Amino acid sequence: MPKFVSVEEAAAYVKDGMTVMIGGFLGCGNPHHIIDELVKRGVQDLTIISNDSPPTGYGLSKLIDNHQVKRLITSHVGLNPNVAEQMNAGELEVNLTPQGSLAEMVRAGGGGLGGVITPTGLGTLVEEQNPFVHGKITIDGREYLVMKPVHADVALISGHTVDKAGNVWYKGTSRNFCSLMATAADVVICEADHVVETGGIEPENVVTQGIFVDYIVDGGKL
Amino acid sequence: MDKNVIKSTIAARVAKELKDGDVVNLGIGLPTMVPNFLPQDVHVTLHAELGCVGAGPRPAPGEEDYYVVDAGGQPSSCTLGGSFIDSATSFCIIRGGHVDATILGCLECDEEGNMANWIIPGKKCPGMGGAMDLVVGAKKVIVAMEHTAKGSPKILKKCRLPLTAIQCVNLIITEMGVMEVTDKGLVLKEIHPEFTVEQVQEATEAQLIISPDLKPMC
Repeated sequence: MPKFVSVEEAAAYVKDGMTVMIGGFLGCGNPHHIIDELVKRGVQDLTIISNDSPPTGYGLSKLIDNHQVKRLITSHVGLNPNVAEQMNAGELEVNLTPQGSLAEMVRAGGGGLGGVITPTGLGTLVEEQNPFVHGKITIDGREYLVMKPVHADVALISGHTVDKAGNVWYKGTSRNFCSLMATAADVVICEADHVVETGGIEPENVVTQGIFVDYIVDGGKL
Repeated sequence: MDKNVIKSTIAARVAKELKDGDVVNLGIGLPTMVPNFLPQDVHVTLHAELGCVGAGPRPAPGEEDYYVVDAGGQPSSCTLGGSFIDSATSFCIIRGGHVDATILGCLECDEEGNMANWIIPGKKCPGMGGAMDLVVGAKKVIVAMEHTAKGSPKILKKCRLPLTAIQCVNLIITEMGVMEVTDKGLVLKEIHPEFTVEQVQEATEAQLIISPDLKPMC
């Protein structure tokens, strides 16, 4: 059974130098309270795996703005100019990865697969420079890139409704990477906007099963 | 042409490429205007890569849902019959050929159908987001953009910027005309009545093949 922890306790699982997955799309689905606590604690040298960096000052971008990230594995950084600035200053390494490839790399990391075989990125800088490209393969006459799986020390996700067994239901577009990342880290922490009794989510409507979730933070609706 | 006229001219023409029942992904900016120009009997399902099949319009002020945004992070909605999905399913739809058409702008494209829209080395590096998957996976890739960037051609013999994907573009629609990417090169199929073939060629670095059946763009 997952354990209920305070936002302070949850943030303490993230230590200097760790690789952390953060669910969300331009902030929608980011666990905002846990991120705020990480900023407060000032944990350093993080490798963040996330779909994007939201606009400056919002969601996980606060960690970048506060110079707590040394490496970012992501698909889009256009809305936070601090990323380019820190990249140019040699402070931040950014591995731009196609969004669909990144989603599957997380899934592979969580699902015990050795990699992802995709046509996306062929003939581009991704093929030339992305460190997660393992090589190329031809199957039935068609060329593909082989992308390595990713795994994290901690995954931070958010859920609209979470029951006491850790089952998660996501609302709207906040599911995005959260349900994938819940499978791909040693420790999974879910910030719940609403906590309900076990059984409060119908079994058919559970998206992330409680077996994936280690800790729940009762975040209260933002 | 006035900027707004340029945009609505392009969007109106792109709308004619869509068929009833199509699944369509729209890039940010100009492409989002396309649904406004669909005839009443053409209904398309909008796919938003962050995880919505059947995306709807931006809600009225005060009606926004904190949990529903579009691929630009702005408030959005889900139409009746639509659904929300995770990012892996979203890109299964994209890469698996379940998107009939993607409409997007670009910085450069060329006569081989190559396209560049995610990085200007040394200047700007927003990242590819979902664009690389979209142009590889969608059945039809329609570039909808102004013909030139402040007078300099964007439709080139060969892209100079790093590519989003190789040989992925099917159709280019600008305020000047409609060009199809073929094995032989770029075929000008329609021309806007305000321009001559010479003017279109002058604004295009790639050598245009003029269709023997050249039609007015409307």
